Amino acid sequence: MHELSIAQSVIHTVEAEATRHPGAKPTKVGLRIGELAAIDPDALQFSFEALTHETELEGLQLEIEVCPRRHRCLDCGTEFNIIDFDFRCTGCQSTRNDCISGDQIEIAYLDLEEHEPSTA
Amino acid sequence: MSRVPLEKKVLSENDRIAAELRERFRQNGLLCLNLISSPGSGKTALLEKTLEALPKSERVAVLTGDIQTENDAARLRRFGFPVKQITTGGTCHLDARMIERHLADWRLDEIDLLIFENVGNLVCPSSYDLGEAAKVVLLSVTEGEDKPLKYPSIFFKSELLVITKTDLLPYVPFDLDKAEENARRVHPGMEIIRTSSTKGTGLNGWLGWLERRKSTATAGAGTLS
Repeated sequence: MHELSIAQSVIHTVEAEATRHPGAKPTKVGLRIGELAAIDPDALQFSFEALTHETELEGLQLEIEVCPRRHRCLDCGTEFNIIDFDFRCTGCQSTRNDCISGDQIEIAYLDLEEHEPSTA
Repeated sequence: MSRVPLEKKVLSENDRIAAELRERFRQNGLLCLNLISSPGSGKTALLEKTLEALPKSERVAVLTGDIQTENDAARLRRFGFPVKQITTGGTCHLDARMIERHLADWRLDEIDLLIFENVGNLVCPSSYDLGEAAKVVLLSVTEGEDKPLKYPSIFFKSELLVITKTDLLPYVPFDLDKAEENARRVHPGMEIIRTSSTKGTGLNGWLGWLERRKSTATAGAGTLS
């Protein structure tokens, strides 16, 4: 259950980024979580809502893209997703390959809504 | 509405400190291992047997993590090697900053083998790099043989699987071959050692693995990789 500290870290990054865009309101933050990252998206979503509740970031949406475990074949170079622990290359059936992605916990983007310029 | 690309690792600060630690370990030619398992799988027992078996001249040190109590450090200090307890106060894993802080008053050039005993947990510790050369995962025969399938991340990221408590095999419905098959399904070619800390079975295999792994760490010391 380290989703709470992951959520806290995301919030710190959003707050830091928000100070660079005065007058804009963060509306959505996008994360990429690899299936090997050992993060539960539901628990992360829950932690995020709990931490932003009754703060300036209340209502900020969290969008989580779960990324598959991806390997590259050492024999033919094909890149393929590992499904149900099947390590055979989809190109040449070789089982010699390296993991190239699927472990990430990354903040991809932040959406900001510019405030309406004052007409007064 | 505008979208700002951030492309930032959430654990970038942990990863930065871990990379610094790894570089310091490499420069000092020490082997650093990160032991991970469920609570009660026998990490401390394996370490007790390891410290008991090592010659007193061996330069080994242990950082042991728990949420509360100094109990594990007390168990491990009996063998005369430097041992420090990290109490995380609720956090379910060790992170690189805790390691950095607890290593501050140890001289790394006086250590050849540094072992971290992580907080008992198969999930969270797999996300936090501590600068170790290798993760070692333990699985006891009183657990299910399908654990590698349930927690693939840690079994994939660990170099070695130590199966513990094999003396209890006659009393539990644990299929050893199936467990190893499951581990290698998640991590093809994974090295596996069967041990019983109570009976001492398989400890030579474990100590031999440590020795071999240590010589690779020392070989790379002070050279550019």
